[in-house]
Amino acid sequence: MAVLWPLYLLISGPLWACLALTIPDGHPEAHHGPLFNTSPVSPSVDLPNALRVFSLDYHHVQAPFEIVLWIMLASLAKLGFHWSGRVPAVVPESCVLIMVGLLVGGVIYGVRHSAPPTLSADAFFLFLLPPIVLDAGYFLPGRLFFENLGTILWYAVLGTLWNVLGIGLCLYGVCLLAPSSLGDISLLHCLLFGSLIAAVDPVAVLSVFQEMHVNEQLHILVFGESLLNDAVTVVLYKLFESFLRLPSVTGLDVLVGGCRVVVVGLGGLFVGLFFGLLAALTSRFTFRAQVIAPLFVFLYSYLSYLTSEMLHFSGIMAIVTCAVTMKQYVEANVSERSNTSIQYFLKMWSSVSETLIFIFLGVSTIQDIHMWSWPFVCSTLLLCLVMRATGVLFLTAVVNKLRRNAVTFRDQFIIAYGGLRGAICFSLVFLIDDFPKKRLFITTTIVVILFTVFVQGMTIKPLVELLDVKRKKRALPTVSEEIHSRLLDHLLSGIEDVVGYWGQHYWKDRFEQFNKKYLRRFLIGEHHRAHSSILRVYQEVERREQRGGDEAPPVVDPRPSSRPLLPEEIDSIRRILSRNLHNFNNKQTAAYSRHTLHQEVTADKMRKPLHRHRSLPERRVDNTITLCPQQEDGEFAKSYKGRARLSRSHTVCSAGPRWSKLPAPSVQAAQPVDPEAAAVCPQDAPPTERATKKQLSFILEEEKLV
Amino acid sequence: MFLISVSAAHLLRLYERFQFLDKDNRGHLRPEDFEAVLELSENPIGDRIVEAFFKPGQETVDFPSFVRVLAHFRPTEKNRNRDKGQPDPANSRTRKLKFAFRLYDRDRDGKISRAELLQVLREMLGMQVTEEQLQSIAERAIQEADLDKDGAISFDEFRKVGPLELGSAFILLTVRHLNDEVSSLSYWRSG
Repeated sequence: MAVLWPLYLLISGPLWACLALTIPDGHPEAHHGPLFNTSPVSPSVDLPNALRVFSLDYHHVQAPFEIVLWIMLASLAKLGFHWSGRVPAVVPESCVLIMVGLLVGGVIYGVRHSAPPTLSADAFFLFLLPPIVLDAGYFLPGRLFFENLGTILWYAVLGTLWNVLGIGLCLYGVCLLAPSSLGDISLLHCLLFGSLIAAVDPVAVLSVFQEMHVNEQLHILVFGESLLNDAVTVVLYKLFESFLRLPSVTGLDVLVGGCRVVVVGLGGLFVGLFFGLLAALTSRFTFRAQVIAPLFVFLYSYLSYLTSEMLHFSGIMAIVTCAVTMKQYVEANVSERSNTSIQYFLKMWSSVSETLIFIFLGVSTIQDIHMWSWPFVCSTLLLCLVMRATGVLFLTAVVNKLRRNAVTFRDQFIIAYGGLRGAICFSLVFLIDDFPKKRLFITTTIVVILFTVFVQGMTIKPLVELLDVKRKKRALPTVSEEIHSRLLDHLLSGIEDVVGYWGQHYWKDRFEQFNKKYLRRFLIGEHHRAHSSILRVYQEVERREQRGGDEAPPVVDPRPSSRPLLPEEIDSIRRILSRNLHNFNNKQTAAYSRHTLHQEVTADKMRKPLHRHRSLPERRVDNTITLCPQQEDGEFAKSYKGRARLSRSHTVCSAGPRWSKLPAPSVQAAQPVDPEAAAVCPQDAPPTERATKKQLSFILEEEKLV
Repeated sequence: MFLISVSAAHLLRLYERFQFLDKDNRGHLRPEDFEAVLELSENPIGDRIVEAFFKPGQETVDFPSFVRVLAHFRPTEKNRNRDKGQPDPANSRTRKLKFAFRLYDRDRDGKISRAELLQVLREMLGMQVTEEQLQSIAERAIQEADLDKDGAISFDEFRKVGPLELGSAFILLTVRHLNDEVSSLSYWRSG
């Protein structure tokens, strides 16, 4: 390891030198693409009066060259960061990015003494923000998200409103109290500032979770809340900005603004849904041109964002909805490699975006344009913490009465303390229309970001360890738990049906049935529908083959031996269960991180191409294929009959025998048990019943797929 | 057999539901009445749930028995003082676990055999999983739970291994409208 450090410095050294040397050349043109609005400084360029063998034309490539240099630098810094032993466990990755940005800013400042490149609204909203949000939306654990949707919305919408209004109004109070220095900041400006400073970006916190394997409920709450909070923040920000542009604001305007917020949110949702379904449908036909399948994912997502921006809807809502909607269908339709490409590209782009924003942050920090005001800055910092804490406490107190798994005090602390500010805050503050105190806002925002990322980001882990957040159990007997918890889900749903009230499970089950009957059939290509189970079967068989055939061939053993199961088998079992049991407590989700892909995701993919295994009984495979569509063809509605019909090859005597008088022999014949001929349980023959059942169980044990 | 505490308002609502299910106005429910509930027939373990309402050997359910079964699904009182003389109320944790246990153990022999577990898995997983995978899943589940290595899961093992967390989940995940609003009045005490 020590050997690598000199190597690393060797690589990055020239880059630093490059950067330092290229900057002073100045920026002659002011139109360096949408990203940079630079002040034109034109040096004199020597026009060649003869042909030269070797010439340097830096200005030609300046803009992309510098961008690439910056990104390269940040990426090398990340590499160094991950190589540096214990540092990643203590320092969140955002810190590294900010430090690189500060460094670059320092270099630029030291060398140029002139205004550095700044960020433009278009560049941010059209190019830098979408990848970040798309990445978060795509990796959102869907089922967990919807299970906790109420709570997440509660925190995101109401919590953000509380934060915005609280910070805005209190800051206005502070401004009123210090009229000499802060007198010219109006209420609207304070509200605007409040709205942008309330944008929470807990990616650093989530990476801490990754280290500590915190329970999923907390993870999804933090993650989901941050995502929706971004949407709410941007909507409010734009609203307040438009208010600022109006000559005066009346009560009617406020009302219209309120309606507009709702319309904007819902509009974004529908646009996202539309494009998501379109993308899913398109992906159904991509199996002949698999290389461009990832492209469709990005195109449709970006299109949904742009469309909703065009209609002045919430682009963030649109892109998140699009990603969530299309994800399950795309993943089923598209090849494994395309899936991997999609995930890698998403991570890459969001990383690059965030890197660029943080570099801007660093560059802007080290300049002359700051305006400092002790009361404003300190009160902002204080208010951010206090408002978030009180908001979380209050909201949790209310929501705990309605939730089944209460949000504990420790969870609340994490949610409140983990409210770091990040890239979005900074960008939004930069994009405010110019007004006298804008520089003060920028300074304050930078201070808040630096404080939260460095201080809170680094101390949250020790504090959490101190508070002993409820952790996910690691070596869990997941199989039993998953079975039992799913049984309970079904049980409670059934009881709710009996009693006639619609509970939480009702809607979930209804949606799943709707999904299975219509959506999946429409949006997933035919040969992919039974993909999951066959793939698993093949994978397992492949795995066994790889182990050199010392395992028994895949024949059903009627009396299975109690050998301890190997890890691969346990993995495949877990995957089967979590996929097929619709287990909402999907314990397999790792924490979201903008900077890494989870190992499970990559290890899932088989390196070798799967070849049709000849010794695998083809009939079993055929049975699975043909039976699945049958199963989905509404056989669910008559489940007894359906299951009986499916039991062509083995006797699934789930329903029939209990109600029928059919003696044991007729059940043994592998005929579908016809519940139509069911009679009521004979009262006089309970012992026979039990004997029949026992016989049937015995038969089941011995039954193989013929 | 055990205490049930349900408030009067809920009792009325349950009775109305009972009458709704009892289409022929017989005063008791039969399995067909339960099957008429459409969503229940789509439930993978629907038939087990229905079976749970009926005492072994009986083919009808009268209203008190109906309530007795449903009383399992009320939230457990946290600090119930344990009177040695009094039997457990219906919604105690043990009772709930026993109820869940009985869903698996259809032949009521006190143990969940491998076959019974397989049966449940087959119902829940449907045809999406191969037979072999079912076997290995059932195998794994039994391995985890079976402490005395007799190849089956007894109630005590069931209580210890799987539903430790689930016991609490079961307690919290109650059908909401069965919660007590008013102070509970003990409704039925039968032998």
